[in-house]
Amino acid sequence: MHLARVIGDVVATHKDPQLSGIKLLIVQPLTPDGEAAGRPIVAVDAVGAGIGENVFFVRGKEASFPFYPAEPPVDAGIVGIVDHWTHEHELGS
Amino acid sequence: MLLAKIVGTIVATRKDPRLVSSKLLIARPMDPRGKAEGAYLVAVDTVDAGVGETVLIVSGSSARMASGLKDCPVDAAVVGIVDTVDLQEESRG
Repeated sequence: MHLARVIGDVVATHKDPQLSGIKLLIVQPLTPDGEAAGRPIVAVDAVGAGIGENVFFVRGKEASFPFYPAEPPVDAGIVGIVDHWTHEHELGS
Repeated sequence: MLLAKIVGTIVATRKDPRLVSSKLLIARPMDPRGKAEGAYLVAVDTVDAGVGETVLIVSGSSARMASGLKDCPVDAAVVGIVDTVDLQEESRG
């Protein structure tokens, strides 16, 4: 799973019917320091996340599991909202 | 999922039988601000997208979960036509 911040949303009226009712958000992956890491991607929301929140998301087919038994065609999904995190710097860094 | 712009179409007469009648599109991934990035990719269209449109692409094994692509040998599918992208916060870093 990956740490990320929700930075935007996407509206698509014409889409795969299995995506109806599913919220699409833009997430920016983060390093443990809170810095942006890599490209932002579009992820579906399974937990009611909103813009500005820190979240964690899964990649791959597992992103569709929260919607079981439906199998929407998604490859990234937010599965948790982060309250806070701690992280220790490696020695010598 | 990725945001991308459709930049072309592909015609292939000889192909896997499970791809017969599938429309193949050339897509250029882009970041949420609209800037092109990364390599071009070929995606199967499931939503009647056309050249010039901004779309949502699902990749990997999840692409097979798009409508009509069950058990098809595909790793990228266009599953939505994007109306708007709303970016609320510039990512840090």
